Amino acid sequence: MRGIVRAAAYLPYWRLQRASIGAFHGVGGKGTRSVASYDEDPTTMAVEAARLALAGTSVDPQVLWFSSSTPTYLEKTNATIAHAALQLSTSCAAFDMGGAVRSGIGALRAALASNTDTLVLAADVRTGLPNSPDESASGDAGAAILVGESPDLLAGYLGGSSATREFLDRWRAPGDQRTKQWEEKFAQNHYVELVGQAWTAALEQSGLAADDVDLVTIATTHARAGGAVGKQLGRPVADNLAATVGTAGAAQAALLLIAALEQASIGQIVALVALSDGADVLLFRVTGAAASARTVADQLAGGNDALPYAKYLAWRGVMSPEPPRRPEPARVSASAAGRSVDWKFGFVGSRDRESGALHMPPARVSFDGGNIDDMDPAPMAAAVGTVVTFTIDRMAYSPSPPVIFAVVDFDGGGRLPIELTDTTPEGVQVGTRVEMTFRRLNAADGIANYFWKARPIR
Amino acid sequence: MSSHGIKDKVAIIGMGCTPFREHWDKGTDDLLIDAANETFGSAGLDKDQVDAYWLGTAQSGMSGVTLAAPLKLQRKPVTRVENYCATGSEALRQACYAVAAGAYDTAMAIGVEKVKDSGFQGLNAFPIPNDGTNRTLTAAAMFSLVAPAYAEKYGVDPIVLRRTLARIASKNHHNGVHNPRAQFRREMDVDAICAMPALAGQLSVMDCAGVADGSAAAIVCRAEDAHRYTDKPLYVKALSFVAGNGSGLLDPSYDYTTFAECQWAAEDAYAQAGITDPRSQLAMAEVHDCFTPTELVLMEDLGFSQRGEAWSDIESGMFDLGGELPINPDGGLKSFGHPVGASGLRMLFECWLQLRGEAPEDRRITTADRGLALTHNLGGYPGEMVSFVGIWGTELDH
Repeated sequence: MRGIVRAAAYLPYWRLQRASIGAFHGVGGKGTRSVASYDEDPTTMAVEAARLALAGTSVDPQVLWFSSSTPTYLEKTNATIAHAALQLSTSCAAFDMGGAVRSGIGALRAALASNTDTLVLAADVRTGLPNSPDESASGDAGAAILVGESPDLLAGYLGGSSATREFLDRWRAPGDQRTKQWEEKFAQNHYVELVGQAWTAALEQSGLAADDVDLVTIATTHARAGGAVGKQLGRPVADNLAATVGTAGAAQAALLLIAALEQASIGQIVALVALSDGADVLLFRVTGAAASARTVADQLAGGNDALPYAKYLAWRGVMSPEPPRRPEPARVSASAAGRSVDWKFGFVGSRDRESGALHMPPARVSFDGGNIDDMDPAPMAAAVGTVVTFTIDRMAYSPSPPVIFAVVDFDGGGRLPIELTDTTPEGVQVGTRVEMTFRRLNAADGIANYFWKARPIR
Repeated sequence: MSSHGIKDKVAIIGMGCTPFREHWDKGTDDLLIDAANETFGSAGLDKDQVDAYWLGTAQSGMSGVTLAAPLKLQRKPVTRVENYCATGSEALRQACYAVAAGAYDTAMAIGVEKVKDSGFQGLNAFPIPNDGTNRTLTAAAMFSLVAPAYAEKYGVDPIVLRRTLARIASKNHHNGVHNPRAQFRREMDVDAICAMPALAGQLSVMDCAGVADGSAAAIVCRAEDAHRYTDKPLYVKALSFVAGNGSGLLDPSYDYTTFAECQWAAEDAYAQAGITDPRSQLAMAEVHDCFTPTELVLMEDLGFSQRGEAWSDIESGMFDLGGELPINPDGGLKSFGHPVGASGLRMLFECWLQLRGEAPEDRRITTADRGLALTHNLGGYPGEMVSFVGIWGTELDH
């Protein structure tokens, strides 16, 4: 049967209390929204979600699709970066399906309708002007869904349908921080009408009655329409994470589907309803237990909501605090990066076949014994290690000083002095256990510099 | 090991050193001309009488033209060298070898760095195109890893060690007070240093060497010719250099309490010079005190203290100006700042003054009659560095 083979969502560590927005602007809010760290972007969050989804497997998808309404690159494909980070085969195609929020559900539906093993990634760093409803109600997240044929599915795909019509709900010009919106009721009327069509058609296609659906999860950036549609469909509606994460744009549909699948019981039928420039309904039967080592619930419990609003504004580039008076990084050399793709994007070192000595970055000559060109690749992205010593650098250039830097010894051998992230100067000590995470270190000349950092295991 | 050295084959016959300052009114050319002219005068030679030149600069210029153009040298071989923070010493090393080989009768080694034109504080290496995965930590942060590791390994109370590190800075500042060429000439007491805010690890700005522009130079000739130029030459007893292979960054057994490259360079230099007990045989040493923990560890790596005992030797005053082995009597990098290409030759300049009895009385060492001095540079980081050790003497061995 065709369906979802593996799936995982990624929520960044940092959360912003909406009350802290209120404390600054004078108008309060409740709950939290998730915030991508200064060193995360849609590509890195998609990679993190995929790493969670694919952990411990040796799947070899033939196609990778990446969706985001806030991609780091235009013109250049972002999916190839995820492809490199995940060490997928050269024969695996990698495409962006980007720009619109609807591209997230679109990629998923297309993958389900195809006959190839397809890794669907979606992620967004949501923007909005200070004190806007979007700033408060949005959240940053990534999601990864591997679609394919398997006797051991997480969820079988029962059928789906879409309803499309041109009407103006929300729009954003390329490069703008702000998304604008027409009067809400105008789009709401369209959504209510279109979802009725799509819902009926999806049920018919699946041979189901409405009462067969155990759980509906509704992904939309239009909160009023989402609420109305939930009542209209008359089935139990899953938590849309508005109070904790916020709406995650192009990642929202996959994120909410994963959260719903994780909380549903085996045998239950889950409907994903997406409202964005139309209505899309996909129906699944839960056939396996949640496979992600970190469920959405785990990640909701593991975040840190102490992020100051000022730091949030600085991370999103809305506010530009004085940087350290050090030279800013130079742009990455494309040809140098091209020679070290496996190291830079995949965190693959090398291991001396004779002595076993681990080299990060990979080396041709061993520091232990001096053998030449006698190494095997040593994939280290999944390795965990321990901080043996660390320092806080308040002078080095960083997009968000200070730099927290540790010497990490990996379980099973190997040492790397490397920057830490998702922590604070007080949050690290000798003995802290760390894992690797794919990050965007900085950017220069429009070139994002991707590499790996370590973060405390939580 | 076949490091034979060139003991007693080459002599230093003239030296010069500019004040180390934020020389807003002097460029690289001015600094080179000032240091060179002082050195020509010291040796009683003019530029045409020096057969070959080695210029050390990390990033103030490229090629020998950087020196040949401002000095208007005619038909002279000029080589520009770079070897991290040991760049000045590297220039000297090459000049000495050329004379020892018989290729030239006389050679000048000159080092310069014009740091203060970058517009940034601190030292900043110019970017070499790369894949973006290199560490971008400051040197201060990398060296800040040393102090906690040392405290842990030898069971020294971190608060006690904090004061020991401050004492190193205080001692070097005290020495610098008496040096008109030094940039910072103010006493800094231990309490004031300990009260400074941390910038990198536990290190404050007072644990770091300053930044300065400067230039220093030496002229060398064959040892047998030395007395044609000066009554008080210094003889080259040892020149050693080790470029680390970076394995300290990869090797989990490295514990950040020692710099192997420095220990190896010292061992080689002592073997070349025939020194068996450096603490009692040397009159003084100028060591690379880029950060206070560096000088702490160097006392052990250079064989002046037993492992784990440098901190208590420092506390006992052993390395003070009037101590058993004065370290950095000119004030060190701490008082001078660190114009990368010039520092190694600036260190040698202090040996030149002290061993020849020409240092001002208020910072004159009492051990000068031992007749041997050591200079040391390192460049890079713990785990991946270069190290130079040179030994200089007033007498030829018979």
